[in-house]
Amino acid sequence: MTDIVQMKGMNKYFGKLHVLKDIDLTVAKGEVVVIIGASGSGKSTLIRCVNGLEEFESGHLTVDGHPLAPKSGNPKSLAEIRKEVGMVFQQFNLFPHLTVKKNIMLAPKKVKDTSETVANATAERLLNRVGIGNQADKYPSQLSGGQQQRVAIARALAMEPRLMLFDEPTSALDPEMIGEVLDVMRELAKEGMTMMVVTHEMGFAREVADRVIYIHEGQIVEQGKPDDVFDNPQNERTQAFLSRVLAH
Amino acid sequence: MEFQFEFDWQAAIDSIPFLIKGIPYTLLISFGGLLIGFLLGILFGLLSINKRWFLRWPATAYIEIFRGTPILVQVLFIFYGLPDLIGGPIDPLVAGIAAIALNSGAYISEVVRGGVQSIAKGQTEAGLSLGLSRSQTFWSIVWPQALRRMIPPLGNQAIVSIKDTSLFSVIGVGELVRQGQIYIANTFTAFEVYFVVAIMYLGITLSLSLILRLIERRGLASV
Repeated sequence: MTDIVQMKGMNKYFGKLHVLKDIDLTVAKGEVVVIIGASGSGKSTLIRCVNGLEEFESGHLTVDGHPLAPKSGNPKSLAEIRKEVGMVFQQFNLFPHLTVKKNIMLAPKKVKDTSETVANATAERLLNRVGIGNQADKYPSQLSGGQQQRVAIARALAMEPRLMLFDEPTSALDPEMIGEVLDVMRELAKEGMTMMVVTHEMGFAREVADRVIYIHEGQIVEQGKPDDVFDNPQNERTQAFLSRVLAH
Repeated sequence: MEFQFEFDWQAAIDSIPFLIKGIPYTLLISFGGLLIGFLLGILFGLLSINKRWFLRWPATAYIEIFRGTPILVQVLFIFYGLPDLIGGPIDPLVAGIAAIALNSGAYISEVVRGGVQSIAKGQTEAGLSLGLSRSQTFWSIVWPQALRRMIPPLGNQAIVSIKDTSLFSVIGVGELVRQGQIYIANTFTAFEVYFVVAIMYLGITLSLSLILRLIERRGLASV
């Protein structure tokens, strides 16, 4: 299998705070990697480095063959990476001034010069796929949180990404809407999409992940198959974290 | 001796045709100046939040200078001062438009800055993550949203600038107040004439408020 993401000895600081410490991580094509950890552990920062929303200070990062230098030193690679990597945010970040369909059509038209007709057809197909084909002409504010997040997933998919990043995609949702978003992600994983998912949904992680990574204070402390990590964690920090999140 | 004042309606009505001649000048200076001021405001507002100091500092200097000095001094400087520098007279109309442009431009820069900065960072991140360039992200995602938030303060600035043109009677532009002064010099009906002048300003500013409210309502309906 080819690796889509390769991180080697990656370090990231926020001022003096050492947020990511010597991260070594590879993600294979078609793999679903779920990253868990306490808030502030650096898990969001880790995936935000993959598409250059955060710079890193040292180390190596290659995404789908494009090397990214520390301090955003490689703008051409970065542009290519962003075309190939989709991202879904905790707060959806839909464009409120555009209809649902226009949200999805914007990037293909601007970045790939896709024609209006083709972009339109793609948007309709993707909206049907995430189960909200009938909401195409509404504005984001007219949709529920769960629907908005599904639009955000469709928007990212419109660029035909080779890798999808999910940054706590269900953390801002009402409990009854979490399921519909996880369902879409589950489908995506089944179809073979490479995914890096930061989440607190341990049930989803256990069911969908090929590999679970536990991050503690900027370091990968433990990783492995979900059943191994959840049922038989080796590191005492992982044990402590899991006993806290799985207790309730 | 008992003093009695009676409002002379006839004098007020008689003054209208002469005063109305000032309205085109008031409108031309206001909206000509505001149009240029809007462009200056976009330019300097965006420069003032640029990362590069050599772009940010001159923009900030412009904003502080034209916000921090009275518009009356600005127009006197342009009309009486600048001719010494350029070696020829400046048309009072041009001086008036320039003063409104430079003055409103400074305030509008701050409106632009505030509008742009009020858009959540997540919007830019979403644009970048989809592969849009920085400028594509700005012009197709951040700017349209910022512009909508800028409508109320822009309307406010337009009203302030319209009223500021009344000061330009000092350089002899035949705008509303100047027309009033000329008329009063012959009729001595100051109360009636300034009353009509005030009503005319109110007519202009209220129409503008109404138009802006309609634009705002249409804009907000889609957000």
